Amino acid sequence: MADGSIGLWTVPLAVLGGAIRVSTPFLFVSLGECITERSGRINLGLEGTLVMGAMSAYGISYLTGSPWLGVLAAGITGALLGALHAGICSLPRVNDVAVGIALMLFGTGLAFYLGKPLIEPTAPRLPAIDFGWWSDIPQVRAALRVNALFLIGIALAPILYWAFRTTRWGLLIRTAGESSDAARAMGHSVLLIRLRATMVGGFLAGIGGSFLSLFYPGSWNEGLSSGQGITAVALVIFARWDPLLCLWASLAFGGAAALGPALQSVGVTSGYHLFNAAPYILTLAIMIITCSPKRTLTGAPAELSITR
Amino acid sequence: MDFGRISRRHLLQGGAALTLGAAAGVRPAFAAETTIGFIYVGSRDDYGYNQAHAQGAAALKKIPGLKVVEEEKVPETDAVEKTIESMINLDGATLLFPTSFGYYNPHMIKMANKFPKLRFEHCGGLWSDKDPKNAGSYFGYIDEAQYISGIIAGYTSKSGKLGFVAAKPIPQVLRNINAFALGAKLANPKATTQVIFTGDWSMPVKEAEATNSLIDQGVDVLTCHVDGPKTMVENAARRGAFVCGYHTNQSPLAPKAYLTGAEWNWEALYPKFVKMIAAGESIPNFYRGGLKEEIVKTSPYGEAVSAEARKHADDVKAKFLSAEGYAIFKGGLVDNKGKSVIAAGNDRGQKDPELEKMDYLVEGVIGATS
Repeated sequence: MADGSIGLWTVPLAVLGGAIRVSTPFLFVSLGECITERSGRINLGLEGTLVMGAMSAYGISYLTGSPWLGVLAAGITGALLGALHAGICSLPRVNDVAVGIALMLFGTGLAFYLGKPLIEPTAPRLPAIDFGWWSDIPQVRAALRVNALFLIGIALAPILYWAFRTTRWGLLIRTAGESSDAARAMGHSVLLIRLRATMVGGFLAGIGGSFLSLFYPGSWNEGLSSGQGITAVALVIFARWDPLLCLWASLAFGGAAALGPALQSVGVTSGYHLFNAAPYILTLAIMIITCSPKRTLTGAPAELSITR
Repeated sequence: MDFGRISRRHLLQGGAALTLGAAAGVRPAFAAETTIGFIYVGSRDDYGYNQAHAQGAAALKKIPGLKVVEEEKVPETDAVEKTIESMINLDGATLLFPTSFGYYNPHMIKMANKFPKLRFEHCGGLWSDKDPKNAGSYFGYIDEAQYISGIIAGYTSKSGKLGFVAAKPIPQVLRNINAFALGAKLANPKATTQVIFTGDWSMPVKEAEATNSLIDQGVDVLTCHVDGPKTMVENAARRGAFVCGYHTNQSPLAPKAYLTGAEWNWEALYPKFVKMIAAGESIPNFYRGGLKEEIVKTSPYGEAVSAEARKHADDVKAKFLSAEGYAIFKGGLVDNKGKSVIAAGNDRGQKDPELEKMDYLVEGVIGATS
């Protein structure tokens, strides 16, 4: 069209663009949580890790001028928070869910406190890779501006899937998650396996946070996460602890987040509260469909405190 | 990085230092030291609503003999009553500015009844005769500045499509959207303003998605009414669209894309209030004003604003500043469903309380209030 508008095509394009833009934090947090939960522990604190990651990435990027150093810092911060969670949970009679909630509040609180001077400055952002070069429609080009972290996340899902099935490390994590007695009988320290799994999970969640502050929406402020970390933890459960399903679920959530604004932009204005709530409705619906009082969830690691 | 400005304790220390400075020779403007308390609902550095108030508080800190205490992120619950009491009992505050809408009733009213000798000034509330006499509400007609932004946006847009990222369809927000759209129609009668509601005051991902969706629809100038306009400004500028700011001046975030903006001018109003008290005058309990009263202002024009746009905007601004004023919402106004909302010949002046109950979007706005 002459005025540069693409009419109703905005909606599928925005959902596609949203899937690419919004899904990355979901993807990293859910893959990280997948590793942690497969080792038999739940880390609900990843919301805090995500926010801490976003803040530290922004801070380091601002101070050093290198966004990739920021990503690394976010990962390290996340791993440290993971180590804290695993460390506390190694103590006898400690509930990992309660520790996770405490760390969620701790992480967000600390990030808000330390991040106060970072709200105003503008930090260097991560670069985008232009995958829309073949199209001369600006909207398509904008939707296909992809960040390297998204590609890493997409590659990570099948790698993890493969690693869980065929590598020694994958087997160890799964053994610790399915039967800690078996892991101990094999001569391995369950606590050490879980410590490492939680640290790797935290590392990935921290990187998910760096995407929020350094790429999209692309600046640090206190409402940045608005619960995405929690949603991603729930996402692992209905992805059945399967990294490949985590990928599809993250993409679906990203697309759902774009649906509300996109429908309003083409003039579907009634019920926008409902469309804005689409990701949460999706969570609820899938949880209801997949839950049954008669059996534990298929695929759930047997050692998880919620299934035990 | 000013970590030193984080806690109230640090502020107290700063205030004490200021008092010492005053004692050392600067003649204080006040007979006794006055302590003023500011309460914010969010973060003070949000590039938005709360920062605008904090800038006003900062202006007061410069006046000798005044001590300012601040607390941020106080929820609109009993918590604000506790904050007010501690500011009064521990810090000796005698003038309080609870700056968020939800603080007014019942929290601030209750405190004003409890401490009848102290003065309470609330931003955004509607003071009525039933409320305590030592309480007051002030607010600014920021839609005047949005109207100016609309004129600039209407001239600058090539597609004639403007975008508005809004939080919730409440009267203050609708009034801004309508003023912006009407301003744009002065510049380009065919201009449309598309609005997207994100559902809450601070939803950065939704705001970014709304910005992208609007630009995908061909919108090339955007503005917003959310708590922190930073997300919209940065994302729109990245896509090559122009922006008009809100709350404070966001031009440092996007110097090339920033056209103008609607800003609060609390740093002019608060010292005025303090001078009135020092002179023994009483502040009117219901205090309103716009550009003329220096409660709101517009950001300096960006380099992309044409001479024609500047001239038209300056002419309208001069009308707002003139003695007879200017009505944005003129008689014969029709909403975007075709219904007449203001009868012909029945101009609604800026001070008309009916405008503070606005529940419609005017013709030329694409969107719905529910």
